[in-house]
Amino acid sequence: MREVSNSQAILEVKNLESAFMIEGEEYNAVDGVSFQVQPGKVVGVVGESGCGKSVMSLSIMGLLPKGIGKVAGGEIIFDGKHLEQLPDQKMNKIRGKEISMIFQEPMTSLNPVFTIGYQLEEVLHNHFKISKEEATKKIIQLLDAVGISRPNKIIKDYPHQLSGGMRQRVMIAMAIACQPKLLIADEPTTALDVTVQAQILELLQDIQRKNDMSIIFITHDLGVVAESCHEVIVMYAGRIVEKASVERLFKGPKHPYTKLLMGAIPRLDETVDELETIEGIVPTLTKMPSVGCRFANRCPQAMKECVEVTPQLKEEESNHEVACLLYEASRPEEEVSR
Amino acid sequence: MLKYTIRRILAIVPMLFLISVVVFFLALAMPGDALSGEIDPNNSDPEYIEMMREKLGYNDPIHVQYYRWITDFIQGDFGTSVKYKMPVEDLIAQRLPNTIFLGIISLLFTYLFAFAMGMYAGKKPYTKIDHAIGGFNYLMLAIPIYIAGVFAIYLFSFKLGWFPFSGSVDIALTEGTAEWWLSRLYHVILPALVLGAMGTASYTQFLRNDIIDNSQKDYVRTARAKGTPESRIYNQHILRNSVIPLITFLGFDIVTIVNGALITETIFTYPGLGQLFLTSMQTNDYPTLMTLALMFSFLVLIGNLIADLLYGIVDPRIRVE
Repeated sequence: MREVSNSQAILEVKNLESAFMIEGEEYNAVDGVSFQVQPGKVVGVVGESGCGKSVMSLSIMGLLPKGIGKVAGGEIIFDGKHLEQLPDQKMNKIRGKEISMIFQEPMTSLNPVFTIGYQLEEVLHNHFKISKEEATKKIIQLLDAVGISRPNKIIKDYPHQLSGGMRQRVMIAMAIACQPKLLIADEPTTALDVTVQAQILELLQDIQRKNDMSIIFITHDLGVVAESCHEVIVMYAGRIVEKASVERLFKGPKHPYTKLLMGAIPRLDETVDELETIEGIVPTLTKMPSVGCRFANRCPQAMKECVEVTPQLKEEESNHEVACLLYEASRPEEEVSR
Repeated sequence: MLKYTIRRILAIVPMLFLISVVVFFLALAMPGDALSGEIDPNNSDPEYIEMMREKLGYNDPIHVQYYRWITDFIQGDFGTSVKYKMPVEDLIAQRLPNTIFLGIISLLFTYLFAFAMGMYAGKKPYTKIDHAIGGFNYLMLAIPIYIAGVFAIYLFSFKLGWFPFSGSVDIALTEGTAEWWLSRLYHVILPALVLGAMGTASYTQFLRNDIIDNSQKDYVRTARAKGTPESRIYNQHILRNSVIPLITFLGFDIVTIVNGALITETIFTYPGLGQLFLTSMQTNDYPTLMTLALMFSFLVLIGNLIADLLYGIVDPRIRVE
């Protein structure tokens, strides 16, 4: 067992379990996820819809819908603080200041009845004692930094007067206003046009380098990951199935699921008649198998034991972890010793 | 915005004209006329009455009567009340303050209770208190205003003796003194509560549901993600959005108050315009009836206009450029 706790990590998630209440029963949407984020690094989290990426990020932010979802187990250690135990009041001091988040839906993520300026200033007033004039000056700088022309006019505009790309820029400005150590970007480009997507990605990379900020980049676009991340986590049905540096993952994906995901990326340098698709869908929370590999029913390389033995996420090569019974390391210890 | 307002105000004129035609014809279609109820059996000279009818023009064709009335009305002559034997404008001026007072106090109660209950229930839905508030409001909504009025008089005036059951002020007091104002307030509380009850019920439930709805919106998540305290999220972000649909109610509020005043003022024998309107209808007092009908219509139209303008102020998305 490799149990080295890296004290330099800005965020360390250990065995995170996030549960949702469905008809009176608890189901884990995130089931034993562990990973670290190093300062100044970008960690990509990929997987299909419904595999727990967003739930994981909301768990870190403490923003799971109250009464329905909660962190049921594990630890979230950010900058030495245990976030999973923090009451809302203390979390509010961290949210927006030390960790911030941008969301998938720029069209609905801003409050329709307040001006852009008001909503940007709010984040500053939440965390600093700052005068109105100073705040206005600061947000104009911020809007300028995220590439919005005529920020003086924009601060008086309402969200509906802005395009999707502009709104996402505003969201980014809001997220970086207090220079957070960690930014969680939950599919920030999914709802945007392709050309705008590229601009937003570039902007995020730019800011990340300038501020030396860490980013958790959630996406289902492996192309985006290849371009902008240092490390990649592949999630499936609430668990991590593969974790590696971006170079290693793209050079030699190990998990059948990762391989299939890569096969589903359109490529310019190859002519194919039809893009590969992965048959079936992610099992729903209520129908999640309790033992075995959760991908087994869709896996082209599934073996008989895949439904009986739960694979463990273990290092197969240096800097490359995988949870699949095709690899010796993933077999539970008693299995290996037998 | 100004152009829009002017256009809307101008549009009121043809509307009022149509209303005046309809109301006038309906009023004259009622059996009897202003004289039929007033005949003293001991002094009933049919010829004299017939003479009076001729003099007042009640025997003229209806369009002639209408023309006569509308030309006077436009010139600001609202006529003389047949029942009270005084100019209609004086009569209305006498009663108007009472109705306005009742309406304002009743709206005040509505907003006060509705916001307190609605915001609490919306913030803590599906709790015991929320269910209690909901149950109470549905009961209020289900009880017709005349039953509620009679019941309130029975309970609070006769059984408990907390409030007076009729009138608008203690007549022994001098007008304008502090005691006189207090007495007016004391007299208006019970009718205002009854009049406001229905509005309170619908406002509360509407506000509650809208707050619950809005609390699940993406922008609330954004506000939380930037570390906004929970109280601010509810009192600023959500409330500002949830108030918007309520603004449109304001137009209807004026209608409700006018309608409600008809019944409430009658039950509480509160001397306001509602009671006057009902009396004028019963006695075929055409000048009073017509003036009040047009005044109420005008209020309703203005109420709708105010609601639309307010809507534009609170909701930037529909602001008229």
